[in-house]
Amino acid sequence: MLELEKKRILLRDSYGGDALTPEPESYGRMVWRRFKKHKLAMAGLYVLIFMYALAIFAPMIATQSYEAVDPPNKLKPPSREHLMGTDHVGRDVFSRVIWGSRISLSVGFVAAAVAVTLGVLVGATAAYFGGWVDDILMRFTEIVMAFPTFFLLLTIVSILERSIFNIMLVIGLTSWPSLARMVRGQILSLREQEFTEAARALGASDARIIFRHILPNAMAPVIVSATMRIGGAILSESSLSFLGLGVPEPFPSWGSILNAGRNYLLQAPWITTFPGIFIFLTVLAFNYVGDGLRDALDPRLKD
Amino acid sequence: MRTYIIRRLLQMIPLLIGISIVNFTIMHLAPGDPVDLLVERNATAEERARIRELYGLNDPIYVQYFRWLSHVLRGDFGKSFVDGQSVSKTILERLPYTLYLNFLIMVVIYAVAVPIGIISALKQYSKFDHIMTTLAFLGQAVPSFWIGLILIYFFGLKLDWLPISGVGTIGLNVRTAGFWATFVDRAAHVVMPVIVVAFGSLTGVARYMRSSMLEVIRQDYVRTARAKGLPEKVVIVKHALRNALLPIVTLLGNELPLLFGGLVVIESIFSWPGIGLLSIRAIFQRDYQIVMAINMMGATLMVLGNFLADLLYVVVDPRIKYS
Repeated sequence: MLELEKKRILLRDSYGGDALTPEPESYGRMVWRRFKKHKLAMAGLYVLIFMYALAIFAPMIATQSYEAVDPPNKLKPPSREHLMGTDHVGRDVFSRVIWGSRISLSVGFVAAAVAVTLGVLVGATAAYFGGWVDDILMRFTEIVMAFPTFFLLLTIVSILERSIFNIMLVIGLTSWPSLARMVRGQILSLREQEFTEAARALGASDARIIFRHILPNAMAPVIVSATMRIGGAILSESSLSFLGLGVPEPFPSWGSILNAGRNYLLQAPWITTFPGIFIFLTVLAFNYVGDGLRDALDPRLKD
Repeated sequence: MRTYIIRRLLQMIPLLIGISIVNFTIMHLAPGDPVDLLVERNATAEERARIRELYGLNDPIYVQYFRWLSHVLRGDFGKSFVDGQSVSKTILERLPYTLYLNFLIMVVIYAVAVPIGIISALKQYSKFDHIMTTLAFLGQAVPSFWIGLILIYFFGLKLDWLPISGVGTIGLNVRTAGFWATFVDRAAHVVMPVIVVAFGSLTGVARYMRSSMLEVIRQDYVRTARAKGLPEKVVIVKHALRNALLPIVTLLGNELPLLFGGLVVIESIFSWPGIGLLSIRAIFQRDYQIVMAINMMGATLMVLGNFLADLLYVVVDPRIKYS
């Protein structure tokens, strides 16, 4: 392989470089070039970079502690001192939203990672082994899928001890089935396509076919769905926290800040406004980035 | 067709058994002794043992499961450990409110989403289509409870136009206030929850309708209809639309479980006394009999809904054949 490459470069250089044999564009570069064309996806990407920067540098950005209560200064409107006002016990909403981005974003990410890992594992195993393994795994997937997702989530969360880790885990555990089905379907259909057949005809080993030909092609929809799932998991967490079953106090997540402001809607609308905007923007950004990735990763779409 | 239906019905049995086992297992992983909910706080050990025996809590778990299952098959979900009421009765009392709300939501969703989807498809890439695509993204990203709170803030509290909780004004009904006053009162109560849920979900249906319509207007039979000189209106309404609506009809099967539940958050915000509010209360009170019943009913409806969706597919689309 290396020899060939050396020969190619030698040949190319002797003929005067790139004009005759242009360097083929790498896959990653092609995806990025196509992704850049999707303006809203780029905007989404910038929003996400901004949000993650807030989360990473939270200790430097947050002006105050997220848990320090100050009852005399409760329900104060936004001011220079409290950029987003204060909540019902006088905590600084701005600092809570900034620290909350850490919790909300990590819950979203870990939950999606759990769902994707489980989904790919179950889906790929079912598709690869087929037969009774496939039957059992898919029946189990159907069973989990039959439960009303959010209610199942509520049920399990209410049984377990309330912790950030458990919230992440349960959101992931209740949202993998659709992914498993998708991965299985992808692999089953890719297995029958011409390029797999061609690879087989050329004498490629099973492992090579699976890892070089099938999985890379099956990964594109997985990456897209994983991106959107992070947004979905952030929404689930915020709904749970909003109902008072999410991230336990005093830790702030965007949903739990909203929950605290629920009873002070008229006196202090800022408590609910700002975290709502953050949830909304972040989820929107994830969805647009996912949409952009879908277009960029699909090899059948011509530029 | 008949063998297909019978086979699908038979396939449902192991699925439902699996669902009931998972459901029962989850509830039995719950910490805490159910006896605590059943006895007085200062009950003696003897009393506790008696209650335990009475409710069959000493039996092995599989015995308890089969006992529960045999009752469920007869439509009996047992008694609540919290207030001693029959679970089935409690759920049936709440069900009409949830059905009423969800029915209205569904009507609004389809009445708005189908025309939007059709226009988007006919004017693909137009300004209207772009705006609707953007709205679809917004609708999927915005937390429904946040929209709910915003509406409550403006229309309920600031402007004071709409009531913010419940189904209707207590004591106000057709007999005390007449038909119209009652109608207006009920409508005012239901309008905000309907808008909040419909906004979040109708975008999905509209996108679905759009792609279905786009697919149909590229078909040969539409081209044929145009080629034989039919007016565009007839081509669209009689030839394209009828076929494009088929997949939408089958969506209705999938909506069945949604009619029953799924609105925990919305019912909680608007204090709507339906299944959602009941379930959140049951979860907070650790009333596992009710939680188990709602999970079981929801899952069963989901299975039935999928079956119905598949059946509708065969009924509306003669091209699909099942062996």
